[in-house]
Amino acid sequence: MVKSIKNTNREKMKTKINVKNLNLWYGKNHALHGIDLNIYKNKITALIGPSGCGKSTFLRCINRMNDLINTVNIKGQIVIDDKNIYDNDVDEVSVRKRIGMVFQQPNPFPKSIYENVAYAPIKHGIVKKGKACDELVEKSLVSAGLWDEVKDKLQDPGTSLSGGQQQRLCIARTIAVEPDVILMDEPTSALDPISTEKIEALMLELKKKYTIVIVTHNMQQAARVADYTAFFHLGDLIEYDETQTIFVNPKEKKTEDYITGRFG
Amino acid sequence: MKTNKKNNPFYDPSLKKRHASAKRFKYFALSSIIIAISFLLFFLSDMLIKGLPALQQTYVQVEVTYNKKSMKSARQSIDRKLRRVVSRAAIREIPRQMQNDPQLMNTTKFKWILADDQVDQYIKGNYYKLKSKDKNKVDELKEQNRVELRFNSIFFTHGDSKIPEFAGIKSALIGSIFTLLVTMAVSFPIGVMTAIYLEEFAQDNKFTQIIEVNINNLAAIPSILFGLLGLAIFINIFGLPRSSALVGGLTLALMTLPIIIVTARAALRSVPDSIRQAGYGLGLTKIQVVRDHVLPLAFPGIMTGSIIGLAQAMGETAPLIIVGMIAFIPDSPSTITEAATVMPAQIFTWAGMPERAYIEKTAMGILTLLTVLISLNGVAVYLRKRFETKW
Repeated sequence: MVKSIKNTNREKMKTKINVKNLNLWYGKNHALHGIDLNIYKNKITALIGPSGCGKSTFLRCINRMNDLINTVNIKGQIVIDDKNIYDNDVDEVSVRKRIGMVFQQPNPFPKSIYENVAYAPIKHGIVKKGKACDELVEKSLVSAGLWDEVKDKLQDPGTSLSGGQQQRLCIARTIAVEPDVILMDEPTSALDPISTEKIEALMLELKKKYTIVIVTHNMQQAARVADYTAFFHLGDLIEYDETQTIFVNPKEKKTEDYITGRFG
Repeated sequence: MKTNKKNNPFYDPSLKKRHASAKRFKYFALSSIIIAISFLLFFLSDMLIKGLPALQQTYVQVEVTYNKKSMKSARQSIDRKLRRVVSRAAIREIPRQMQNDPQLMNTTKFKWILADDQVDQYIKGNYYKLKSKDKNKVDELKEQNRVELRFNSIFFTHGDSKIPEFAGIKSALIGSIFTLLVTMAVSFPIGVMTAIYLEEFAQDNKFTQIIEVNINNLAAIPSILFGLLGLAIFINIFGLPRSSALVGGLTLALMTLPIIIVTARAALRSVPDSIRQAGYGLGLTKIQVVRDHVLPLAFPGIMTGSIIGLAQAMGETAPLIIVGMIAFIPDSPSTITEAATVMPAQIFTWAGMPERAYIEKTAMGILTLLTVLISLNGVAVYLRKRFETKW
């Protein structure tokens, strides 16, 4: 069902994540049906679809977060940098280090702003405590557009920030581990419009360095930020194309119905 | 409420009944609180009235003769007519005083000496058993201002005694502390580790479910059975010293373990999953997530639960009676393997004593135990407030 993407720049675009025939079961419930998808490097790919369509489940497959749920059973391949991350010799912890994740609810650790950012890089051995660590924290917070707001109160608890700031702190925390891909699971659904705008601007900035996959319920958001959009419905990938095409000229009836608000 | 049906668009005929039912419920709930509080107040005031007199002890001023005769037989040091008025325990001390201070030899001095328990009861206005000549002697001394009520430091500096005026809570208090230390050292690490394993690491399968059900059931087992278990295992199989704080502590640890496990699991479960997700999403390992992010948040809850479990262990008597910790312990134990007793067991022993003076000792013992328990709970509340992190 997936239409190959006809793009004049196709030769230039590098595939970052290549999903091949991905199936997922929650116990006996078949939640993802043979998904095939190419996610391109330094692009923002949006996953849209009604609730329960499997888009979040799919997103969590990309960094093996679903491995945390006992009943989940996954078949198929997700190839990143020529390596299937579901191979037996791949440790899911190292996958999650390379593929960061930002969640729906801002979830800073109940520690200081500084520790929120510095904790994981220190544990991964990227930096040691001290000057290098301070620099990394600053760099990450600058990248997340939060530095100017928090530079005078790095020792305050991360939870003392506003919702939007907390979410940017979570993004900074993710960037600090130096991943290749950032997954975002409805990152702005708990935020007000102004914070949302800031996060969206930040995403457009971040895609220069990272490949971003975002799950969103907000169609305008997908249209505003995403280069590519995938439409999921009941565990199937219905349509995947450039965002422009999906929104202006969808090939599938279901996609058109969803986008025009006839269901979902 | 006067409602005008016609002019009031908000009039609802069923409302009156509904409000009344809410009010009834409120008063029922309120009255149950009042009943509970009045029971508590009655108990507390009864304890205070009975126990507070034990804070004071009667002393009498008598002439003490220090010479060779009284060195041999301490009774000789006190005038025959006054002998019955002073405490036997105090008379016993006199030869030792002479040994420590040879200059006392062949002198006669007026000294304040601990009075006999019946004299003490007579002075305090309780029921007493005194021969009339002894009673007259006491009245005579009193007229000469030679009878005095002083702060009873003996109660806090001495162990149990068969002489009521000389009995104290110290050895039981130290026994309780030793026992509790053993209990804490054993049950806290094992309990918390078990909870962490079951909550964070174990798979949810039949095996862990059976373990879970059994742990919950253990929390409801009568404590005397734990005493039998301790007797069978620690004393009969491992041969640990009977009546010791070690055996008592281990037995209480068995009893406290399920409480600590259950409360620690609840505390771990109350940590929002988003914290774990955040950790895993950054590529942290399980132990890093649990140790550095989940445990600090669960810590106040774990501490509160553990302290409540330990406080319960501190008030426990039945299992300790079975492992022999109800012994008569005049001298405080200095190690955990020596014979010891605990405060509730001491209270139990005193409550069974025939002498009138033990009534106030019993009440004072209960007050001491309550003070320790309340301070333990205070520590729990403090820890909770101190380490509570908001997010």
